[in-house]
Amino acid sequence: MSAEDLTASIETLENEGVLHRLPPEPAPAPGEAVPKPSARRHLWIVRRLAYTVVSLLVVSILVFGATQILPGDAANAILGNQATPKALAQMRAQLGLDQPITAQYLSWITGALHGDFGTSLTLNEPVSQVLAEKVRNSGVLLLLTVIVIVPVSVLLGVYTAVKRDKLFDTATLSVLMVVSALPEFVLGIFLVVIFSTGLMHLFPATALLAADQNPLSTPNALVLPVAVLVLVSVPYLTRLIRASMIEVLDSDYVQNARLKGISERRILFRHALPNALVPPVQALAETLAYLVGGVVVVEYLFAYPGLGTALTDAVSGRDLPMVQASTLLLATVYMVVNLLADVATVYLTPKLRTATS
Amino acid sequence: MTQAEITPDTAPLAEPDLLPGETVRRSGVLRRALRLRRTQIGLVMFVLVVGVAVVGPFVAPHSPTEFVGAPFDPPSSSAWLGTDSLGRDVLSRVLHGGWTVLWMSFSAAALGLLVGIVIGMTAGFARKAVDDTIMAGTDLVLAFPSIVLVLMVVSLLGTDLWLIVLLTAASHAPRVARLSRGLTMDLRGRSFVEAAEVLGVPRLKVLFSDILPSMSLPLSVEFGLRLTWSVLLIASLSFLGFGVQAPQSDWGLIINENRTGISISPLAVLAPATLIAMLSISVSLVSEGLGRTIAGTDRTEVQ
Repeated sequence: MSAEDLTASIETLENEGVLHRLPPEPAPAPGEAVPKPSARRHLWIVRRLAYTVVSLLVVSILVFGATQILPGDAANAILGNQATPKALAQMRAQLGLDQPITAQYLSWITGALHGDFGTSLTLNEPVSQVLAEKVRNSGVLLLLTVIVIVPVSVLLGVYTAVKRDKLFDTATLSVLMVVSALPEFVLGIFLVVIFSTGLMHLFPATALLAADQNPLSTPNALVLPVAVLVLVSVPYLTRLIRASMIEVLDSDYVQNARLKGISERRILFRHALPNALVPPVQALAETLAYLVGGVVVVEYLFAYPGLGTALTDAVSGRDLPMVQASTLLLATVYMVVNLLADVATVYLTPKLRTATS
Repeated sequence: MTQAEITPDTAPLAEPDLLPGETVRRSGVLRRALRLRRTQIGLVMFVLVVGVAVVGPFVAPHSPTEFVGAPFDPPSSSAWLGTDSLGRDVLSRVLHGGWTVLWMSFSAAALGLLVGIVIGMTAGFARKAVDDTIMAGTDLVLAFPSIVLVLMVVSLLGTDLWLIVLLTAASHAPRVARLSRGLTMDLRGRSFVEAAEVLGVPRLKVLFSDILPSMSLPLSVEFGLRLTWSVLLIASLSFLGFGVQAPQSDWGLIINENRTGISISPLAVLAPATLIAMLSISVSLVSEGLGRTIAGTDRTEVQ
């Protein structure tokens, strides 16, 4: 495969929305050597990285700029309505609010890059200190979810593909279809009614943690929040793995392996599965990105102290530094996960990976 | 929650003048979609839920803000589903609380579709520089998870129902734009569009009378997906307390208000939760039925 083919394939994937669209690449000057595909791929990844960094900068400007349209400012918020103009001016000077807006942005973003997001208006503590623990808690929730969804969706996907159009397959697909249509909080409410009220008192309905408490120290409380996140993400992955597995099982090389008399089990796990898993790898990253949004609702439902509840609390309390920091963090995680998805696709898609011609 | 349609395993070859993924002509789609069991179930559920939301306010025994008993009273002859956290009739609040999520979701999906189509068709027909700028703009909106985007703006401008509709539409528009841009670019190369251009038909007329009608099938499926998303997002926001404000009634809000009493009076939470579930399931069943018919994968399932 030539370098032009690689570029063309990447362009096709961009247009189909599989990959993020990057700005067009300048055409090589006449006479200039066209780099080899592997170099092209590295170049593409460098450009994709640069694109992520630029997008993050733009997002940070947006997040900062959005908070500037509000009437009143942090000085008002801290001193209240009764403050004298003189005290307000003093406070503004102290907070750097009398500086031009670009200078304010620069000092905010340099602080943010060093982990300093200012002081929370409602809690009167440094934002980064408040958020550090919540980031860890949300991370634990997401990590546990991923640990569960990967084996569950692979098993379900492979088994439904093998039993295609049989009762188990159609029944599973119907259940998944229904589950995937439900909002997280409705699923969560159903689970709470079933597992933590009159019927069964198996798991607590809330996942409150004391300050500094490691969420893993109360595994029982994590079951329902993780279950909701698993249930909303498993259907998509399972359906993808099933479709991709069916495609592979119908392929010539699997037929060929069958004709050679290789055992069905070996065909399934050695020949078919590794190839069927390529599309779901990207889907897993997409799912993770989706969960970044889902975590906001699930944490609120179970009163779990994570980044999501930090955001909803900050929005209710109009705690701007907290809103800025948690929005920026959530957007960053979201973009980095999408970046990983794209990189994984470029490396795993056979037509983008095949060696030099 | 998956909005992406899985590539059909058994899609027959597309006819030449159809868009990729389409195997049927427009005329028969609705009739064929209605033969699918999932579309039938979805439609029946949808009519039921809409019936409750629309007729509900007229048949409710009490006003949604009237106090009829102590908090979390069990079901009785005066309050069939019991009372809520403040002693109001759960049934009456549920009957009054469906209308907002319906009109908000429909407006958001329709608005998002409209704006998305305009952006997408512009990008698909514009010069490369304009196209790239537009697509960079859509990428920027997509850089935030929808709910985070809405929450950020709500924290600045406050909760207003129309603001939430606009923001939900804004989170749809880039996705619709990508789709309609791709479709437009695809259609531009078709002979009937090229013929019209050669004949000197004005570009706007080409867009509206040649390109737009040809995109109607994929766009109708997209509308279904956007509607499912809207219901999910708007119901969730309302549950988080950023939608209809108390003491008014809304299904998501009712769940939020009564979840502290979930072990005493589960009905006060289950009734609105079931209705939201029915709404989102029915919308996604119908849109999937439609999607399958258009992709041609319905034939294997016709009973």
